[in-house]
Amino acid sequence: MAPHADQLTSAVEIRGLSRRFGEHVVLDALDLSITDGEFVALLGRSGSGKSTMLRALAGLDYDVTGDGELRIPDRVSVVFQDSRLLPWRRVLDNVILGNRAADGRTRGIEALAEVGLSGRERAWPNQLSGGEQQRVALARSLVGEPQLLLADEPFGALDALTRLKMHELLRDLCRRHRPAVLLVTHDVDEAIKLADRIVVLDAGRIALDVRPTQPDIRDVLLRALGVTA
Amino acid sequence: MLTSTISSTISRTAPPPVAHGHVRRRRLGPGRPIPYGRAVGPLLLVTIWAVASATGVLDPRMLSAPWTIVGTTGDLIASGDLQTHILASLQRAALGFLIGGTVGTVLAIVAGISRIGEALIDGPIQIKRAIPTIGLIPLLILWLGIGETFKVVIIALAAAIYMYVQVFAGLTGIDHRYVELAEVQNYTRWEFLRHVVFPGALPGFFVGLRLSVTFSWLILITVEQINALSGVGYMMSQAQLYAQTDVIVVGLLVYGVFGFASDTLLRLLERRVLSWRRTLTS
Repeated sequence: MAPHADQLTSAVEIRGLSRRFGEHVVLDALDLSITDGEFVALLGRSGSGKSTMLRALAGLDYDVTGDGELRIPDRVSVVFQDSRLLPWRRVLDNVILGNRAADGRTRGIEALAEVGLSGRERAWPNQLSGGEQQRVALARSLVGEPQLLLADEPFGALDALTRLKMHELLRDLCRRHRPAVLLVTHDVDEAIKLADRIVVLDAGRIALDVRPTQPDIRDVLLRALGVTA
Repeated sequence: MLTSTISSTISRTAPPPVAHGHVRRRRLGPGRPIPYGRAVGPLLLVTIWAVASATGVLDPRMLSAPWTIVGTTGDLIASGDLQTHILASLQRAALGFLIGGTVGTVLAIVAGISRIGEALIDGPIQIKRAIPTIGLIPLLILWLGIGETFKVVIIALAAAIYMYVQVFAGLTGIDHRYVELAEVQNYTRWEFLRHVVFPGALPGFFVGLRLSVTFSWLILITVEQINALSGVGYMMSQAQLYAQTDVIVVGLLVYGVFGFASDTLLRLLERRVLSWRRTLTS
């Protein structure tokens, strides 16, 4: 657990979270808290349970057996690996999807401006590049001013250059909006660059909970992930 | 200087003949399209037909000459017969298609968005699907007689089935990723249907429309030739009795023109409504 979790209000509290697929235990009595505005990167090998944990927080695991205590804020946004834009709705309509605020459209236009897509409000999602589509997805996730942003490898499908630009954008957006963030990734450098805190998951348990400012962080993380350079 | 050295080095290993700044390659694609290429085949057929008729190779009792057919079409229009028959046929096809298409769509929506609806509706429709609509003609004649109702009902039955199958597939085939998205965006069920399910099922709806129209024509031709006192099919079966191949061909042309026109119309409508898709192909 983070050392300062007791002093600050926590956005997310996870106690004894377990998830099983049949006999296979994916999450094994996991504890984790994320404080308000804290950016946590969740690293782990394939099958370590990181996506299962994110889906549990997003409430997308209704067919999965398991128990535990979860406390999450009211306003939660999810960014998926694919942009998941509805192809039959224009960009702005995608951004304000499910937003019931009276000034939804104005906020949507502002959110698009924030991700550098002013003027593309009337475009169809298929007219945008992969990176632009993912920017629209970011705008959609931020337009509701979430207290918690859940991101499941949001840049995994992008090329290396676009990914670097998206890192900058996400960092700026998070500084401005200050949501608590749980970023699931397999990219060690992405985690170091973006996160305030890095959690490594291994076989459904937390193997490591560190700050990216720690010396030799890259080697420490790679070792925890079972990669020996 | 440098580039020429490089290219000469390459040309020693594999000589690429370079002309006008283009590397020559054997073109393996089918090449440029011929202007109005689609018309070439039909025009050739008509030419062969005309030559065979003019030289007497083609017996007019088998197939009338093209100019005879043009003349007959003129006569049939002048007498008003063709218009009357076309109007009768159009009315049946349109009525059957409208009723069938509407019923099929409504049933598909009920079955597609609720499990109870699916349990009640999908089974019977799948059973009906296995029975060719034309096979129902004897039973429907016993029930409804041989009047207009029978013809409209049987066209509607065929249209409803094709519509149902496509719309149901469209509604139930919504990408699971969009369902998840709607869930994390806290959609109500109605918002989910309106913004995700129905727009997502529209392509299937248009496939259903086009199939329904095609099969409305098909069933129309069948029922008009079985039992009718008006309509293009009636005109053709009468012509058969008197061996008027020219009138039969006029009837076939009418069916062809209307089939083609209705499909084109629907395709234009589809392009307008599903304009978001155009970006995928362009």
